[in-house]
Amino acid sequence: MQWASVNDFLSMGGYGLYVWGSYVVMAAVVIIEVMLLRKGRSQTLKLLKRMRNFENES
Amino acid sequence: MAINLYYYASPATFYQLSGKLIPWFGWSAVILTAIGLYISFFMAPTDFQQGEAYRIIFIHVPAAWMSMFIYLVMAFWGAIGLAFKTRLSFMMSRALAPTGALFTFIALWTGALWGKPMWGAWWVWDARLTSELILLFLYIGIMALWAAIDDPQRGDRAGALLTLVGAINVPIIYFSVKWWNTLHQGASVSLTKAPSMAKIMLIGMLVMAIAAWLYTIAVALYRVRTLILERERNTDWVKALVEK
Repeated sequence: MQWASVNDFLSMGGYGLYVWGSYVVMAAVVIIEVMLLRKGRSQTLKLLKRMRNFENES
Repeated sequence: MAINLYYYASPATFYQLSGKLIPWFGWSAVILTAIGLYISFFMAPTDFQQGEAYRIIFIHVPAAWMSMFIYLVMAFWGAIGLAFKTRLSFMMSRALAPTGALFTFIALWTGALWGKPMWGAWWVWDARLTSELILLFLYIGIMALWAAIDDPQRGDRAGALLTLVGAINVPIIYFSVKWWNTLHQGASVSLTKAPSMAKIMLIGMLVMAIAAWLYTIAVALYRVRTLILERERNTDWVKALVEK
């Protein structure tokens, strides 16, 4: 293990901004993609359900 | 081979099958990412030239690989769709594009954050970087084309054609470091010679790359299922599914 402390780990030998800037943005876009996917699916299901109800009534 | 491909090419069957597969791909991606991150930060040693900054490699290289692979897979499904008029192939192509664009963006973003401390510049107009930027524009252009054409069948064909024409960019990206003088370093891993990096770094990178593959399969299947519901909304099975 090469890290002496948590601060040592976070500073990444002075490159913390670059290393964490990469990993944080990667994590963020993955989280956003998964959220958008879930939202898209539930919206589609809702819309189809509405269309179905409309058909059944008319 | 007793497997009937036409059976699985039917959207109704594929919808059921993919629904069962997604959790497997998704959770294995999560587990492999955890292992990959552990290797990247706690097992891989400090680089003797680049210090800790090199740790960006564990997402930069897998993301760059995925950006190119996903494009080729999209082109493959587009070609299959054009040749055999299979609806599901076009839907697969559409389902992959946003994730391909995501990885292309990440490759460029992490590249900029790596380039700044190592080259002293966020961006240079060199062959590797410029061709990767063109790849991002291709993804965005293809998605915009799909969005602009209301008729799904026409949109499918136009998008597939553009995807196939743009595929020429992928070998250009890959070989750019050989063909032109560039600031970007050559391939650290290739099929023809031994990798030029420490074994544990290589393992970390490969684990992250496999995780990226599994993630891509999971999200593409998820997206294609929504597309199937939209496209097949007038079929009995979707109507029955919606009523539940």
